[in-house]
Amino acid sequence: MNLSLGPLTYCWSKQATFEYYEAVASTDIDTVYLGEVICSRRRELKYKDYLELANLLTNQGKKVILSTLTLIESASELIELKRIVTNGEFAIEANDMAAVNFATEAAIPFVAGPNLNLYNRASLDIMHKKGMTRFIMPYELSKFWLQQVLAGNPTAFETEVLGYGYIPLAHSARCFTAKHHQKPKLDCQIICQQYPKGILTQTQESQPLLRLNGIQTQSAAKINLINQMSAMSAMGVSYFRISPSGLEDIALIEHISNAQMAEQSNLSLEGNIKDCNGYWHAEPGMNLNLNTIT
Amino acid sequence: MELLCPAGNLASLKAAFNAGADAVYLGLKDDTNARSFAGLNFSAAQIKQASQLAKQQNRKLFLTLNTFAKPGHENRWQQAIDLAAELNLDAVICADISLLDYASRTYPGLALHLSVQASATNVAALSFYKQQFNIERAVLPRVLSVKQVKDLAKISPVDLEVFAFGSLCIMAEGRCQLSSYVTGQSPNTGGSCSPANHVRWQDVGTDKLTRLNEVLIDKSSQDEQLGYPVVCKGRYQTNDEMTPEYMLESPTSLNTISLIPELAQAGIRSLKIEGRQRSPAYVTQVTQVWRQAIDSYRQSPETFENTLKRQPQWHSALNKVSEGQVTTLGAYERQWQ
Repeated sequence: MNLSLGPLTYCWSKQATFEYYEAVASTDIDTVYLGEVICSRRRELKYKDYLELANLLTNQGKKVILSTLTLIESASELIELKRIVTNGEFAIEANDMAAVNFATEAAIPFVAGPNLNLYNRASLDIMHKKGMTRFIMPYELSKFWLQQVLAGNPTAFETEVLGYGYIPLAHSARCFTAKHHQKPKLDCQIICQQYPKGILTQTQESQPLLRLNGIQTQSAAKINLINQMSAMSAMGVSYFRISPSGLEDIALIEHISNAQMAEQSNLSLEGNIKDCNGYWHAEPGMNLNLNTIT
Repeated sequence: MELLCPAGNLASLKAAFNAGADAVYLGLKDDTNARSFAGLNFSAAQIKQASQLAKQQNRKLFLTLNTFAKPGHENRWQQAIDLAAELNLDAVICADISLLDYASRTYPGLALHLSVQASATNVAALSFYKQQFNIERAVLPRVLSVKQVKDLAKISPVDLEVFAFGSLCIMAEGRCQLSSYVTGQSPNTGGSCSPANHVRWQDVGTDKLTRLNEVLIDKSSQDEQLGYPVVCKGRYQTNDEMTPEYMLESPTSLNTISLIPELAQAGIRSLKIEGRQRSPAYVTQVTQVWRQAIDSYRQSPETFENTLKRQPQWHSALNKVSEGQVTTLGAYERQWQ
């Protein structure tokens, strides 16, 4: 099974983003997704910067896929989307049917992102006919769902599963980071840049629950399916996705790249925020199922 | 502009028609729709009855099929489409591309409305669904401003329906996993957001604690107005701010009655009232007010603004049935975003 690095969901400075991907380039990771998937108001990195990063990573032997915006509301966002889809060099991850539309029009193959709501085999087969080469399993689905969907014909298209990192849970018109700072979205001053891992949100009993990242809401806990990698591989999953959270990812990538070490990996059970793995085991996503630790 | 009202049972359906609904949407008594609550919704026989009533009164009836077909159980969703075709219902409201595909190939004459759960918010996405499945109409997610709705209406390849009143979902519908993160069930999979069997209220001293699968969503005083507990309407803390805050949204409902002129001028085909889970009394109350408001706009568009001012009882009637007795324009208003 290959490792992939999902798109960066946070708004980091251009410098921090370049430093991160320069470090990524030195790892053994197979595939890197690049692009702004959350908010078109974030302009730290522009299209040409992403292409520069893409070339930097490609030169180091990585496969690069350009990710596209998840919530598309305006004509200008569609123009930018079309530019990315028709870039002519790199594959794309479609995170909205608008991207699928542009890709099919131009007969360009695409990776179906986690928010296209492909919840059964028939839907995946329709997308496959339209040019889908791979799909990212919707986050809330389980290994049982995947087994059933891949049964009989696991190789028609590739499957990727989010295996490590904070889980994107929702997208809104409202920017929760700006709201927290009593700013309207139109004058947000890109306040989300102050939160490189989002705003940790806890219940009134100090239970970490969510992470507010601009218009996106994420899980407070990281999903951790490292100890499920051989099971995934046996089911026909071809990519294990890590969602970027910081330079600490680099050590993690190297650790998981060493398959034997990965098998011995333990879940993080200590500290304030425990990992979670509920979705994979068909439980509430926030759950940590300890019975499956091998 | 069509007034489209919810019905969770035959009593609500009759209430909606009596109060002046042009059309009603309803769902089957199973997980094929996102209001899969015990005691709610229609058997196949009841839908047949509903369809006869609608035809007698020359109203429209739409079948809501807005969850995603579960692997191994696809036939349950397909049979619902078969039923809609057999009863000659006016449309099926659907988000799953495999079902849109099935319906458009099997019953080309059956009108398809793209459910809000498909999260289609732009002309390229709408065009995709139009080209692939020949959808006739799309329900817009509650994430667009009025300006964006108007811009989209100018170029949309299909008719548009918008949410006019009811519970306010603040996320792009169909792409929200907050409920399943906490309870294991989401509208997409289990057929409900924040399922009731995971909700627990607890009295501790003078506080009322609201829990969802044991997670503390809110702590309030006994006399505070409470909404239905959902993750996005809870009060939480951050590391730098210990005073609990509605970090996402407070318990409030959507009310767009003041937008009727703009929505009408934009050519919006249908105004949707949320609330299949609500009582027949709610349906009557809300339908009556909206019927009067739409009619008075039709009769005299220029004076509608004044009419609205002279009818404070419309607002008070709607507020009374609103969550937290508070209403908002939500994302339609830029400031809210």
